Amino acid sequence: METQSLARSLRDHSLVKGLLDGHVEFLSGCTKNVRIAPGRFLFREGARADELYLVRSGKIALEVHDGGRGTAVVETIGADDTLGWAALNPPYRWSLDARAVETTLLFAIDSTCLRQKLEADHSFGYAFTKRLMNEIHERLERVRLQSLDVYRVGS
Amino acid sequence: MKNLPLDLPAKMTLDVMRPEFLPITRVRSESRDVFTLEFEVSRPGGFCFAPGQFNMLYAFGMGESAISISGDPARPEKLVHTIRAVGTVTRAMQALRKGDLVGVRGPFGRPWPIEEMKGKDVVIIAGGIGLAPLRPVIYHALRHRETLGKVVVIYGSRNPADLIFTKEIEKWRKKLDLQIEVTVDVADRSWKGHTGVVTKHMGRMDFDPANAIAMMCGPEIMMRFSAREFERLGMPTKDVWVTMERNMRCGAALCGHCQFGPSFICKDGPVYRYDDVARLLGIREI
Repeated sequence: METQSLARSLRDHSLVKGLLDGHVEFLSGCTKNVRIAPGRFLFREGARADELYLVRSGKIALEVHDGGRGTAVVETIGADDTLGWAALNPPYRWSLDARAVETTLLFAIDSTCLRQKLEADHSFGYAFTKRLMNEIHERLERVRLQSLDVYRVGS
Repeated sequence: MKNLPLDLPAKMTLDVMRPEFLPITRVRSESRDVFTLEFEVSRPGGFCFAPGQFNMLYAFGMGESAISISGDPARPEKLVHTIRAVGTVTRAMQALRKGDLVGVRGPFGRPWPIEEMKGKDVVIIAGGIGLAPLRPVIYHALRHRETLGKVVVIYGSRNPADLIFTKEIEKWRKKLDLQIEVTVDVADRSWKGHTGVVTKHMGRMDFDPANAIAMMCGPEIMMRFSAREFERLGMPTKDVWVTMERNMRCGAALCGHCQFGPSFICKDGPVYRYDDVARLLGIREI
């Protein structure tokens, strides 16, 4: 019953919207709800990455700490974003910190469970990976634009 | 006139080369290197302009620079320019104070397609100082709100300290019929807003790409990425407008410095339909 309710909510997220019902139910078996309070860390750089997150609401700051130069916020993540590809790729370690700026609600998908399901059902694996590819492509475009520092005087 | 190399409108006589000297009535610092100069125009009718047009501003002994008008087109008695101090002329202007005179020639250029906004959703994408030439469009949109669909403003900056018009943005945020998002490329923890690029927010705002008009001003790379994002969202390229910047000198397309492929930005621009310039933006030699 709880899994069905979770599956209904999952369908509202852009990464899941449009997936076959069976695939969503399959995915919901690996998923739980998470709530994180402002100022708390969802994960820290170097720690083991064992969950993929789909943000439902709120705001998460992705931060990189640079010794004496302090902490830089490299991107903020909000509703409908996906976070945590590191959990799907070896060595399964977070490469930055994720701190809640506001109260944030997320779906946390257990990555070991997800990886097993992606292997077990290639139809699901293809559909899910295709969506993830699109998400990665968009993020890469944004990172390229951001790295160009286009607002610098003289640029 | 027949001997002039270009097909100029009749009003473009040599008078366009003669500046009108206006006293500064107010100087406002917007950020570390951006400031706003205001002028009261006492002559009858004031200084009429259309959103998107620019003036050539002359700083005594230093030279001229093309600067967009950033004020309210419905208030011609007040001429407003927001300027980034990046060169000899604009740095000299940053040192000016209330009462100092500035030479003004204009207004020049093709404005934003204000008439085409009617009945459509309006999406404004501004980057850095690019918010200045778009502010007159926002004023116009707010004044004619009932004639428009949804109004969206996305404004990007390098960091929080470089944001301009911050008090005004806070006022705009309180308006229920205006969607506005501000984002910066880099921030520290004291910044509570968005970090990231403007393109991220384009697909998350509430507007209909099939019945919208977009206006963009900012670094060319930002506009190119944003145009691609509009295309991905299903917005026809003909509905996307940009403003271009090149080396404007005379303001009337007489000197040729502003040539941009087959057109002259002073006369044919600075506002262009994106599909008219997209090909040119990809040519490195231009």
